[in-house]
Amino acid sequence: MYKPKDEYIYAVSRIRHRETKLFTKKHIEQMISMPDAESVLRFLAEQGFGATNKLTEEVDPIDAEREKLWALMKELLGDLDCFDFLRIQNDFQNLKAAIKAQYSELSTDGLFMSGSVYDPEELAKAIAEKDYSSLPEVLREVGENAHKTLLKTADGQLCDMIIDKACLETVYAFGKKSSEKIVRDYCELFVASSNIKIAVRGSKLLKSQSFILDSLAECESLNIRTLASASAKGFEELLSYLSTTDYKWAVEHIKVSLTDFEKYCDNKLIGLLKSQKAEPFTLGPLVAYAIAKENEIKAVRLILTAKENDLADSVIRERIRDMYV
Amino acid sequence: MGLFLAILGAAIATFMAGIGSSIGVGKAGVAAAGTLAEEPSLFSKVLILMLLPATQGIYGLLVAFLTLQAVGVIGGGAGEISTVEGALYLAACLPIAFSGLFSAVHQGKCSVAGIQTVSKRTDTMGKALIIPAMVETYAILALLISILGINGIQALNL
Repeated sequence: MYKPKDEYIYAVSRIRHRETKLFTKKHIEQMISMPDAESVLRFLAEQGFGATNKLTEEVDPIDAEREKLWALMKELLGDLDCFDFLRIQNDFQNLKAAIKAQYSELSTDGLFMSGSVYDPEELAKAIAEKDYSSLPEVLREVGENAHKTLLKTADGQLCDMIIDKACLETVYAFGKKSSEKIVRDYCELFVASSNIKIAVRGSKLLKSQSFILDSLAECESLNIRTLASASAKGFEELLSYLSTTDYKWAVEHIKVSLTDFEKYCDNKLIGLLKSQKAEPFTLGPLVAYAIAKENEIKAVRLILTAKENDLADSVIRERIRDMYV
Repeated sequence: MGLFLAILGAAIATFMAGIGSSIGVGKAGVAAAGTLAEEPSLFSKVLILMLLPATQGIYGLLVAFLTLQAVGVIGGGAGEISTVEGALYLAACLPIAFSGLFSAVHQGKCSVAGIQTVSKRTDTMGKALIIPAMVETYAILALLISILGINGIQALNL
């Protein structure tokens, strides 16, 4: 929905105050050092994280917090079209879950991600009934293709590849359409860094050039044909190609580990958003807040899961991304 | 004709500075409403920042008042004044008219940013106030020139 520049003053002013309630590095460190998941949940409740008006039913704080985020954005903007580049990623994950649940004849309970553009139950119903025409347009072709491929080949990895590529292409297309520079930059970096991750994995698993190329999504800042070719030739060749691109900063992190590179990419995406802290009039600060909140939710989920599984604090610290504030 | 030009100058000073102030205060008011929706206790702080762009409208009114007084429309004794004298009054009104319009709009933008800063960090009120107040300097300079111009024309005895 197009709005004149100054139309975001009210929304940005509200978001500025909300930003003060985002978790800082200190909050995250406090949660990591807690002994168990119950202590973390108590801390979250004290901070108002996931607090809802639904007193009678038990609510997952992560789902509740995500619902609160999108309810706030809807209240401020009237609709959530400008966040489709972010929310559609959850739809592709839900599509993947629906296809695999149907194939394995499992229940979809607890498999779907909240904060999606489309109702995941509708996706599951369309997949179960093989009624692909009732899938949303953006998921229709990829849903049919991935489901038929899985039924025919029983290759889950191939199914994931089809959906992940379509997801990247869709996010990139949303980014290109956006009038906000921050969204365009975010989508470019998101797709390029995802392409690099795919190329690194492909190189380590000795995948063929055509397989790697089929997994990559077009983007302006990387030549995916050269990337796939370098990846198929070997790890050193891939690093050598990357050092000639805008992503030469990736090389030293890839050399450490793929986890380190993934963490650095996510931190770079968050770093990209920080420019919006000084922007008073545009949609940018709202987009930055939504991504920052999603980042916070992911960090909380990671800490809770790690605490439930008695993982060491050092393992959590290794995976926690930078916070926006 | 002279009297018409002088009254036209007074009108321009009033409405241009007034338009600037209404835009500036309007923008800052929207930001203030957003902040108060989240934190009502910040009312007194955001009110000061919101009202900063209102001064240009008052300066325009003051210059218009002095012009009308000088030509005798206020206080009685309005007589024929020459076209040259009328044009001079019109010219004297222009600094506050233009400077008032643009400085109020831009001061409003600065106030929006200041309100958002206070919304995020309440301890920055002083600094957040100084930034939009700097824009006020140029409205004050224009006001000074307009007043000096009006007084100077009276002293010319044309």
